[in-house]
Amino acid sequence: MIRLAGATGIGASGAPSLTWNVVADVRQLLAFHFMVNALEAGTIVAVTAGAIGWFMVLRRQAFAGHTLAVVGFPGAAGATWLGLPLAAGYFGFCLMAALVIAAVPRARQGSSRSVETAVIGTVQAFALAAGILFVNLYQGFANGVDALLFGSFLGVTDTQVRVLLAAGIGALAVLALIGRPLLFASVDADVAAARGVPVRLLSAVFLLLLGAAVAEASEITGSLLVFALLVMPAATAQQLTARPRLSMVLAIVVGLVVTWLALGVAYFSPYPVGFFLTTFAFGAYVLAAVGRHATALLDRRAARAVVPANGRA
Amino acid sequence: MRAPRAGALPSLDRRPVPAERAGGADRHGRDVDRGTLVTVPDSSLAPAVVFHDVSARLGGRTIWSHVDLEVSQGEFVAVLGPNGVGKSTLVKVALGLLPAVAGLVEVLGGPPGAARHEIGYLPQRRSFDAGLRVRGADIVRFGLDGDRWGSPIPGLDRLFAGRRAAAARVEEVIDKVGASAYADRPVGELSGGEQQRLLIAQALVRRPRLLFLDEPLDSLDLPNQAGVAALIGSICRDEHVAVVMVAHDVNPILAYLDRVVYIARGGAVAGKPEEVITGPTLSRLFDTPIEVLRTSDGRLVVVGQPEAPALHSDRHHLDGHR
Repeated sequence: MIRLAGATGIGASGAPSLTWNVVADVRQLLAFHFMVNALEAGTIVAVTAGAIGWFMVLRRQAFAGHTLAVVGFPGAAGATWLGLPLAAGYFGFCLMAALVIAAVPRARQGSSRSVETAVIGTVQAFALAAGILFVNLYQGFANGVDALLFGSFLGVTDTQVRVLLAAGIGALAVLALIGRPLLFASVDADVAAARGVPVRLLSAVFLLLLGAAVAEASEITGSLLVFALLVMPAATAQQLTARPRLSMVLAIVVGLVVTWLALGVAYFSPYPVGFFLTTFAFGAYVLAAVGRHATALLDRRAARAVVPANGRA
Repeated sequence: MRAPRAGALPSLDRRPVPAERAGGADRHGRDVDRGTLVTVPDSSLAPAVVFHDVSARLGGRTIWSHVDLEVSQGEFVAVLGPNGVGKSTLVKVALGLLPAVAGLVEVLGGPPGAARHEIGYLPQRRSFDAGLRVRGADIVRFGLDGDRWGSPIPGLDRLFAGRRAAAARVEEVIDKVGASAYADRPVGELSGGEQQRLLIAQALVRRPRLLFLDEPLDSLDLPNQAGVAALIGSICRDEHVAVVMVAHDVNPILAYLDRVVYIARGGAVAGKPEEVITGPTLSRLFDTPIEVLRTSDGRLVVVGQPEAPALHSDRHHLDGHR
């Protein structure tokens, strides 16, 4: 549990030292059970969040994802206050919020969309306020707030890993079942509906999947940094390729690499894992975006060089 | 096909019929409409679309009522009328996306929505989001199997004959619409005309017998309008696909049309373009003097057609009396 984090881990087992020998460093890292748990949890979360986040980015539902994450904060804080498992708080609140958002009809016209965002914004602020109340109701928990908001990898229990694995496999199985029609409905809802794809049902199911992915990611990245695993790998992958299948595989790969690197670096450094995770993911995105624009520029140059006669067009 | 019933639009029938009419001095406007209703161009084939006395409501408002329409197989029919008059609603009723509140609708011999796999649909839209990172070919592929459950797994396309055939069909239809050069680029980066061609390919990929196209020429420049119109015309003629196309300007497609449906003021008139798009018929439909001019290159110009806001207020007015 996160509230135990301060007591265990690095402090108790002597200061970790970086030898710059990768094999030795990794062996040193894996010698600790909490570190193995953290890597297992991080791997499960990176795969789940990468795949579901890819659809979230494609569907332009980042705002809904952020809302679910913020709602997870009072869930986790409330669970800690009541002595319940952290996962129960995250999953309970995130899935409930997903159902509520699914019940609000997704507006298409400009006018009603602004009403919708206003409602979501209002709920977000209230969720944060409720979270900070729960934190204060639970005395002596102030150190845990950082972990809830910005993530922690210390003190991931065996039970937590099993819960993450079960939830991750469940969410990915559902996603595999609905993948193709969901992609169709995400890109082209009108035509999909005319073809008999249950667009509204898929949209509701996807929000539940997103709720599960956010609840999972929150346990590693904290409520405020879930986008490090939900948005950044997917956005990076979509910069790199326009092939849907390849793009989703890339999103998962980027998520995995970033998570492993961040956990490794965080082990050897006194700074929080959320910072490293987000920074590496950000770096990957910037590289991909710069690379894409550079290639596009070169392509245009090449095209102009090949067809000088049609240069004006 | 005939004009709205007297009850729906009382003013329409009270209007005196002008003495001179296009298409013959003795030809009464209503006879033109009735004549189309009983004409079945090819009796060996069931009609692609039949509307009989159909009414549609949207948001508690009657959009149009008592509409009769018949589209034969392989026919190219345009649905015309000013903005906001319910042209897209007509397509949605035929697709089964919106229930008809009255009357009978049959599409390819069954209730609307039953023959989905034989129908291609291109909804009205501006364009894809510029940031959408999905290839044009993927958009076309959705038309083939996008509604099937499951997920596409990388690499399977090369392993199974069915998947290879699907990929080949996508390639073939992309080639047919002339989009091969840019089908592998992200669709958001393509021009409106390029996107429109890919969407037509998507609608065509399952070899439909019936195509519904909602303003496919909207937001295209003139050369692209002509190119896409010619493409649709050739699909209709060569593949014997019935095409129902919503348009606000008839001119780019005039050469390819078999029939037009003109919707206005809660009702509709159908017939051959040269019978419907005439001053007297449109004047009667809108209950206001309208002139149709033919330019030297054969284009039709409708003068004096009321604009959408006036029609909207009329619609509320009529609703109150129903």
